[in-house]
Amino acid sequence: MRQGYQSWVFSTKPVIAAAAAIGGPFEAQGPLAEDFDTLHGHLMIGQDSWEKAERVLLEEACDKAIEKASLTKEQIQFMLAGDLMNQSISANFSARTLAIPFLGIFGACSTSMEGLAMAAQLVDSQAADYVLAATSSHNAAAEKQYRYPTEYGSQKPPTAQWTVTGAGAAVVAHQGSGPRIQSATIGRIVDMGMSDPFNMGAAMAPAALATLEAHFRDLQLPHDHYDLVVTGDLGKVGHSILSELLPKHNVHIPLERYVDCGMLIYGDNPKVWSGGSGCGCCATVTYGHLLRRMTAGEWKRMLVVATGALLSPISYQQGESIPCIAHAVAIEAEQL
Amino acid sequence: MADEKKKMLTPVQQEYQELAKRHEPPRPLVRNFTRAFLVGGVICLIGQALQEMFIRYFNFTEKTAGNPTVAVLILLSALLTGLGLYDRIAQWAGAGTSVPVTGFANSIASAAIDHRSEGFVLGVGGNMFRLAGSVIMFGVASAFVIGLIKTLIKMGG
Repeated sequence: MRQGYQSWVFSTKPVIAAAAAIGGPFEAQGPLAEDFDTLHGHLMIGQDSWEKAERVLLEEACDKAIEKASLTKEQIQFMLAGDLMNQSISANFSARTLAIPFLGIFGACSTSMEGLAMAAQLVDSQAADYVLAATSSHNAAAEKQYRYPTEYGSQKPPTAQWTVTGAGAAVVAHQGSGPRIQSATIGRIVDMGMSDPFNMGAAMAPAALATLEAHFRDLQLPHDHYDLVVTGDLGKVGHSILSELLPKHNVHIPLERYVDCGMLIYGDNPKVWSGGSGCGCCATVTYGHLLRRMTAGEWKRMLVVATGALLSPISYQQGESIPCIAHAVAIEAEQL
Repeated sequence: MADEKKKMLTPVQQEYQELAKRHEPPRPLVRNFTRAFLVGGVICLIGQALQEMFIRYFNFTEKTAGNPTVAVLILLSALLTGLGLYDRIAQWAGAGTSVPVTGFANSIASAAIDHRSEGFVLGVGGNMFRLAGSVIMFGVASAFVIGLIKTLIKMGG
């Protein structure tokens, strides 16, 4: 049910029956390695192209999530998935393999929460009993499409981010046990005229702010309602910008409760510059690390704000600025 | 150009961009310049050594030794690209590896490797000059203009 201008409150509180996170070799060396369901030792994952490797990641995440929910894929009524590749080939081709009725979505790196919010809405409105929401990204495939060839020698600035090789999937169910989806806020596009594709954290931070403002306004919640507020892939640069913007705009989230997936996934590794990014960043950290810690009882309420930079290599070359979006999903532990 | 773009921004956008600028970690320019100078210099030193070798042991003259020297550097660069090492050296060295001929070879080899999955004709053939193409195009065009100027000056003198 809609509340306020742009938020949904789910009265049935759909359940995240199961979630899965698959990662690549670089993620395996990170501090969150333990929280992945499967980690691959090579970027190619036994395929003959990066694009096929990404598809395998996504298929594995979907299979794993369905298996962990003790369901079969015939029981999943709809699949919502998207990725960063042109024409969403990873999602489309995975849906071909899985043969589940499919809606393709694109929200760049915000796809994870876009999918989860829509899945919760479908379940809450009784349009489905089980919905699968999934997304993926692959470092080399994204570099090849958005930037330079993977082996091209160019020096990246300290504001650049490292695209995560990984996929995450969640099965949203009308009943069962698991963390519950309480509400969601759909973001507006925010464009602050930033045009540097090597500084996406700074481009996306205002979109995260706008969605957070809208969320607390629509739901009329106190700013310290959540034990954890987490953004998708703002990185160190975006995290520090948002930390300054929040109090400035009278959103007094306790800053020690605010973290960013892009900073969590690789820790302090200087090789990734500002932090991780890509659809897989928010998806693997949320579905792997954060949900596990929530189930372990570390926090009861969290708000995940997935941020997306909606640029294309063509729009960038034509001198356009980067439109950004953020979608927030509030998740509660099973036992409050 | 940059100023022209700035004028089209709203005051809110301008204010935000100033705020964002403050949070941007500065590029380590002195370190980048030093590394670029050292690595670029070392590559040129290797080139010089190769040239001396071709002159001394293979009977090339100073004029003709240039071609085999460049060929060897290109070969080394392509090899390092294929082994996945060139991009790592470049992240460290910056302009030091992109300005010499090795950077040019790297741009072609890396594009060819990336697009191998789309086949030899449309993939490798169609994409290997994706980055190097503009260097060749503007290189040829500017060489033509310079050549024209030189000829005109000669005719006048």
